[in-house]
Amino acid sequence: MERSFETYFRQNRLPHLWCPGCGNGIAMKAIVQAIEKEGLTQDNTVIVSGIGCSSRASGYMDFDTLHTAHGRAIPFATGVKLANPELNVIVITGDGDCTAIGGNHFIHGCRRNVDLTVVLFDNNIYGMTGGQASPMTPTGKKATTAPYGAVDRPFNACDLAGAAGATYVARSTAFHVKHLADMIAGGIRNKGFSFIEAIVQCPTAYGRKNKMGDPARMMAWMRDNAVMKAAWDKLPEEEKHGEKFPIGLFKQEEGVTYDVAYEKVIEIAGGAKK
Amino acid sequence: MKGVITIKEPRCKGCGICAAFCPKKVLAVSELSKIFVQNPEACIACGQCEMRCPDYAIFVDKEE
Repeated sequence: MERSFETYFRQNRLPHLWCPGCGNGIAMKAIVQAIEKEGLTQDNTVIVSGIGCSSRASGYMDFDTLHTAHGRAIPFATGVKLANPELNVIVITGDGDCTAIGGNHFIHGCRRNVDLTVVLFDNNIYGMTGGQASPMTPTGKKATTAPYGAVDRPFNACDLAGAAGATYVARSTAFHVKHLADMIAGGIRNKGFSFIEAIVQCPTAYGRKNKMGDPARMMAWMRDNAVMKAAWDKLPEEEKHGEKFPIGLFKQEEGVTYDVAYEKVIEIAGGAKK
Repeated sequence: MKGVITIKEPRCKGCGICAAFCPKKVLAVSELSKIFVQNPEACIACGQCEMRCPDYAIFVDKEE
């Protein structure tokens, strides 16, 4: 029963501290499986995370890891990538970390097309701090700071990333484990800013507040409402309502990456001292 | 096809995801919030439990 993915975890740190049934563990395993599939090693891969439940992941993963300031994972990762473009840099962030506190860093990372793979664990809430509404809490859903339901409209992080210039944009869920690992593997292969939204369940802060049932029922909700992109595109507009959402690869294109562009600047300026 | 189930009990938090997605009702959560095998004969080694376990606490191998 030995599993190869176990070598990518810090065994003395497990079991992790996430709540029973939290989807973050599933998404973290999908990341290491994608890393394994793409043949990255523990020596040429850096994991960078911000603050939040999702960002605890860097502490469990046996790579060179960086647990940074709230919302600032992408700037730190940009620095790592520019200092040593040979490294594969993977950013783990959450919906609050990435789209609220780090919102500006996120869109500018996309705009610059920094060669990063950003995996956003979307649990629709600030779990660690007590269940406050995040910019990705759907309208009408309850949170401790939205006892009558969230008034704001949520971000569609995939649309946001694509519009801001990310060259690879995909979404999957904790239910679709193999699909999620494939989407992340595609992001690692892509040269440029890759954004993968992993929808995960938060049974403690979000599910309980919104009467979504136990963790398995929250995952069944993902199974019932996620529609593969090819099928979603064929759906008539009137059926794209309620809680249905598309998953799959939304965007992939070629673009000059930031480290290549910056290398040119160094060359024009006379080259770096070796 | 039969499966051999291994449980790393210290890792299990008893969330019940594996039991809920088991197509043959092989697994159940104990009173102490740990998963246990209640019907080993029914296991078809599909691996759904292992795939979705958020705590990497359950493993299924095909019987040799």
